[in-house]
Amino acid sequence: MEKLSFVGKSLPRKDALIKVTGRAAYADDREFAGMLYAAAVRSPRPRIKILSISDARARHTSGYVTLVTYRDIKGVNKWPVVMQDYPFLPEKEARFAGETVALVVAKTAAAAKAAARLVEIKFKELPFIDDPLKSLEKDSIKIYGKDNIISSFVVKKGAVDKAFNNAAYVVEGEFSTNYQVHAYLETQGAIAVPEPDGGVTVHSSTQCPFYVLDAVAAALGLPYHKVKILQTVTGGGFGGKEDVPALVASHAALCAAKTGRPVKLIYGRKEDFQSMSKRHPGWARVAYGADKNGRLIACRVKYVLDGGAYATLSPIVLWRGTVHAAGPYKIANVSIETYAAATNKVPCGAFRGFGQPQICFAQESLIDELAAKIGMDPVDFRMKNMLEPGDKTVTGQRINSSCGLKELVGVVRKRSGWDKKKAEGFRLKAESDKARGIGFSATYYGVGLGAKGRYLDRAGALVNIYKDSSVCVNVGNTEMGQGALTVLAQIAAETLNAPYESVRVEEVDSSKVPDSGPTVASRTTLMSGNAIIEAATPLRGRIFKTAFNLLTAKGADFSRPMVASKGAFSMGGKTVTFREVTAECWNLRQKMSEQGWYAAPRTTFKMENGQGDAYVIYSYSADAAEVEVDLKTGVTKVLKIWAAYDVGKIVNPRLAMGQAQGGILQGMSWALYENLVYKNGIMVNPNFTDYVIATTADKPEYDITFLEKPYAEGPYKAKGMGEVPLIGVAPAVANAIANACGARVRLVPLLPEKVWKEIRMMKN
Amino acid sequence: MNRINPNGFFSLSCFVNGQKIEREISSSRSLLEFIREDLGLKGTKEGCGEGECGACMVLLDGKTVNSCLMMAVQIDGRELVTIEGIKGKDGGLHPLQKTFMAEGAVQCGFCTPGLIVASEALLRRKPKATLDDIKLELTGNLCRCTGYEKVISAVDKARRSRK
Repeated sequence: MEKLSFVGKSLPRKDALIKVTGRAAYADDREFAGMLYAAAVRSPRPRIKILSISDARARHTSGYVTLVTYRDIKGVNKWPVVMQDYPFLPEKEARFAGETVALVVAKTAAAAKAAARLVEIKFKELPFIDDPLKSLEKDSIKIYGKDNIISSFVVKKGAVDKAFNNAAYVVEGEFSTNYQVHAYLETQGAIAVPEPDGGVTVHSSTQCPFYVLDAVAAALGLPYHKVKILQTVTGGGFGGKEDVPALVASHAALCAAKTGRPVKLIYGRKEDFQSMSKRHPGWARVAYGADKNGRLIACRVKYVLDGGAYATLSPIVLWRGTVHAAGPYKIANVSIETYAAATNKVPCGAFRGFGQPQICFAQESLIDELAAKIGMDPVDFRMKNMLEPGDKTVTGQRINSSCGLKELVGVVRKRSGWDKKKAEGFRLKAESDKARGIGFSATYYGVGLGAKGRYLDRAGALVNIYKDSSVCVNVGNTEMGQGALTVLAQIAAETLNAPYESVRVEEVDSSKVPDSGPTVASRTTLMSGNAIIEAATPLRGRIFKTAFNLLTAKGADFSRPMVASKGAFSMGGKTVTFREVTAECWNLRQKMSEQGWYAAPRTTFKMENGQGDAYVIYSYSADAAEVEVDLKTGVTKVLKIWAAYDVGKIVNPRLAMGQAQGGILQGMSWALYENLVYKNGIMVNPNFTDYVIATTADKPEYDITFLEKPYAEGPYKAKGMGEVPLIGVAPAVANAIANACGARVRLVPLLPEKVWKEIRMMKN
Repeated sequence: MNRINPNGFFSLSCFVNGQKIEREISSSRSLLEFIREDLGLKGTKEGCGEGECGACMVLLDGKTVNSCLMMAVQIDGRELVTIEGIKGKDGGLHPLQKTFMAEGAVQCGFCTPGLIVASEALLRRKPKATLDDIKLELTGNLCRCTGYEKVISAVDKARRSRK
């Protein structure tokens, strides 16, 4: 293979300079002449019938402009996301505490907030449900459809009951996981600017500008060509800026449409907690059966997600959880049944891992319990049963050659000193207050949207080479901190043989590129990367041909091959630069602008039985965690995490390492600390004082290895990176706690009191 | 001395990033609002509004404060430095800004100004700060992207480069 100039190198981040100097303009940093400010009026109770909304008191606030309710919606009062059950503003009923009921517009942000507090909602309280398992009971009150089920899926294969009857070893357990709040440092926000022709330009902090486009066009009743979405520098997403920014932006746009002025809507942290999407709380009952040789033969899963009051992305999150629910193993007999249940709480949606971390915690914990029952080392047990190239997943999908799972497990086993440490574990000594232990997990992750999201799995790109040889690339996927602008610039530079410094990738402008789907599912490098390559390939042809002609004209010996490297072209002792070549292309009036398009390969999947190819390709991970448990308090400290990933070719190793470390800490923080509490349908701790996320003091040591199993369809053989590092952390930590002190906690977060209780129960 | 004028405004006098600033401000103005809205210095961010995240951190007489928790009138006569005032000796990039870039300590960047301000305060106070000192100092700055490893190594590298 040709030696790569830019891909595979830790080139500097494109957006680092503006970020370290404070010059990066996030949504709240942008100002427009005559701009007004909006603030939301929120439902105070879990479920209400709205009788009236009055600004009689609010209107006396200095700077007050107007109240915006559903009556001001000129388009359709239905947010176009998946099930289309969520109104932009409710008309009769508000379904969770914190739901936006109306908006106040005022001349300053402070006035808008003050006035919003004075808007009076007259309401009648309705009975509500706050427990997803109760929601699914036959005699529960119905708050969503006829059965409170937002969505439900199955995977059915083989003869499960028979296999369990024949199994030599069976384990079963109930597991649950709590919410996770994205805690992106930049809260949600948007600015809508009315245009003279009746259109609107929206500046939005978002992962998914085209979801924002769909929503704003629907809310305002405008054709898409009169709506332009410009992504602002986005201060973190992690899935939390997948769907809900469309709602925030639509609210700003409704205010702008009513007042004819630019309107800024920036969320405070508390309302962001209360009303924006979350990782679903999950509940699962999982059973595994193995034969006498320690071979997995059966798996049964019932998995329930707490969807909240509206569907939003629950069906897709649930589907991803469903097809991955049995873990990365060969199992012939499988029954997986999953449900997203409605409750009168905040609607849950996308969060890094997307329905997998909850069920992965359950199944990877239970795999350890099964190995213990058999008397096998848990890593040996995984090795024996895990997917390898040629094997079939539980949905019947054949795993191709881009699968390095077994090697990953081997690497982590060796680097962590697993065999020695495992043998030393379970040190519950009376004389010591602290016990150390080590735990393991293995996971897989379907890259991209898969069969359930296949209609959205395409992406566009526009590549322009200017007369001065600088290159501007427009794509439809976003930078949210993960490094897309940098990685995509590397891919463009590589394909064009343009100097990396001369390539600039812009934040998304919905008017410049076609709908490229959401920036989720670890799909950006793959989808936008391939779209860029498609756009750049004809340009490359022209550039390389022109370079050859220039070199020949210079008298180069053309019996020697031309070498293109690092922005220069050389042949037979002569060299021309990318700048010289593109100047010549312009002189020759060659087309120096191209569009590209990439659509993911077709997947075949039957929803009735959950069989078929769920995703086009999988990334893999193995994790080991070493913990120290304080036996007197149950407090767990994670000392070190060893992880290995197969995410295909690594485009930028430094950025990939940052993704890995960040993903691990998010996973660890969810596993140990993050505990969002609801009481009677009201969120109790919507702030960083009472909802604790990991700080520098909690950071473990990281030991990260990448094994690059090439994916032929990927840009320069890359797969997807973003989500994999988070998924396996929680079970590895839980397994390490069990190894340290025998406490098997089946509840995330693994709070000290839960660990302590288990320790106490063992002592008694 | 009563500096509240007949309109109820306070005559504030302070130094911001080395420049003398005199403004009439409402006494209910928070320091963060003063910095962002009155001075237009947008590098200081609001992450939570209640002093938990550190995104709004600035230096007041060389010490870190969360500007969302202070009133603007409290900085009267004092010296304020925001991210816009963090510069190298040659007026270019500060060593911390260089190492944050080189180490890959920046992802979404929203916490970055606060982290750089906090790190600068530490290195001024403790030129020989250890890795543990750095970890402890930065516990008041939440970052959701990086897992902190590269942030800590960036501060450590900047400390070494200062020698």
